[in-house]
Amino acid sequence: MKKNRLLPYILPLMAIPALVISIALKNPTPADGAGLTLPSGFDANIVADNLGSARHIAITKQGDIYVKLNRAKNGKGILYLHQTGDKATVVNGFGNYAGTGMYIKDGYLYASSNEDVYRYKLNDKGEVINPNQPERIVVGLLNRREHESKSVVLDNNGNIYVNVGAYSNSCQEKDRQKGSMGRKGCPILDSAGGIWEFKADKPDQHYGDGIHYAKGLRNVVGLDWNQQDNQLFVMQHGRDQLHDLFPDLYTTQQSAIEPAECLYAVKEGDNAGWPYIYYDQEKHEKILAPEYGGDGKKTAGEGTIDPEVAFPGHLAPDGLLFYTGNQFPERYKNGAFIAFHGSWNRAPEPQAGYFVVFQPFKDGKPDGKWEVFADGFAGTQAQKESGNAVHRPCGLAQGPDGSLYVTDDNKGTIYKISYKK
Amino acid sequence: MKFIKSAFILLFLVIACSNLKAQVKHSSKSIKSHLALSIANGKVVYTQNCASCHQVDGHGVQNMNPPLIQTSYVLGDKTKLIKIILNGFNEDVEINGNTYSNTMASHDFLKDKEIADVLTYIRHSFGNKASAVSVAMVKSVRAAKK
Repeated sequence: MKKNRLLPYILPLMAIPALVISIALKNPTPADGAGLTLPSGFDANIVADNLGSARHIAITKQGDIYVKLNRAKNGKGILYLHQTGDKATVVNGFGNYAGTGMYIKDGYLYASSNEDVYRYKLNDKGEVINPNQPERIVVGLLNRREHESKSVVLDNNGNIYVNVGAYSNSCQEKDRQKGSMGRKGCPILDSAGGIWEFKADKPDQHYGDGIHYAKGLRNVVGLDWNQQDNQLFVMQHGRDQLHDLFPDLYTTQQSAIEPAECLYAVKEGDNAGWPYIYYDQEKHEKILAPEYGGDGKKTAGEGTIDPEVAFPGHLAPDGLLFYTGNQFPERYKNGAFIAFHGSWNRAPEPQAGYFVVFQPFKDGKPDGKWEVFADGFAGTQAQKESGNAVHRPCGLAQGPDGSLYVTDDNKGTIYKISYKK
Repeated sequence: MKFIKSAFILLFLVIACSNLKAQVKHSSKSIKSHLALSIANGKVVYTQNCASCHQVDGHGVQNMNPPLIQTSYVLGDKTKLIKIILNGFNEDVEINGNTYSNTMASHDFLKDKEIADVLTYIRHSFGNKASAVSVAMVKSVRAAKK
């Protein structure tokens, strides 16, 4: 009798081990060696470590690596690594300037400091011919410390696109001052907070020589040229501190997840609306910024573009790559990988991000929901939530064999993610 | 008799001494509790006004917001430190070979006591150990600024 009464309680308990096993099988397992969590069939390797503040990265046809450092190390701001098997060793360094941008196109390596853009001719082995005499392509872009990095990408018509971040959070009279209102006709927008187009082969171009290609983008670090659409895509870092600056309008919880980090498809002349609006990813609406009379609800932004995808706030997208390789399964082809550097502006709420996301695309348009592709860069949950991440994803590149490379600008690690079936 | 007398004196002395000791203990306790209160109040001010950039544990944010741990900006000259709160900070700052680029806005809307408390808090937290900042000191730095 007693036994029968206990049975209903015991049976579910007996099911727990089976459940645990089935969850373990379904969930991705940490890849060997690199400590990352990946979808099944993928594997990650650390190809290089302790390089310094490794920002954007470019891979040659031979599989060798150029990486841009945010701080020059021993006077070298660009490192060249030769790869054999799954390891890469530093061959040499050059370019004594700090910066972020690194891109290879049509036999040239393009690199940016926080003010200028340079290019270096490559030989048929993918080696820089004259490391100490680059051509200076663009000169004198604004660097006022905040949002100083300049990212670069090229189209297929000999043009280079350069981000100039706004030296401000939301164009307040006093930057990041509680309650300070927005500057009328935000004067920052004439020379920052947008994308500029220049000729890829013309020396010493200034602002006036280029095209003010897109406006109202607060700060872009990750950007890529979509080959299917033949169009520029950028990831904007959304504004910070809604609660800090307007505590009566936003709770700390709202401020932690809003506003969105947006993926925009950009055409010449587009305006994404910063600083007047921000995008609310929960309501799917453009909201009038509190600095310009918003109350957290009023919509605005007529004539400004909508994002293709809106991600949760403050995750800090620093790398964008459309996957064109053949190594990964078919569903990844032409989809977008995004490296999220990880948040800081969620405190006192837990921090988030520090992962690489995949957004499926079909016929050049986002198709379905984004998913976390590679996680575990931060270390433990406590390291992630406190913002003390061990590794922070930044740059992305695709190798000639279709492997995906991810840089980390905290420890200077380069990861190589491959599909093993 | 003599023995009893001296025993009484001894007893008296012991009691007096222990009283004295208690008094000393009491006054150091009140300083300590004053400091503890200032630190506790400072933590509240910190959470509301500072943590979103400098983080809950004061380690700051790589390349953007400087750490408050073991740096002369926090542990050094108190007048300079008070001025950072009152005026904000928008210069290149290099700490242990790293630079930080975000703008810190002026926090002069904080009351003298709030500034004294929050600075006392950061000088006693995150592994820091330095003297407290007084309300009078904040008041005089603010007055000199005007």
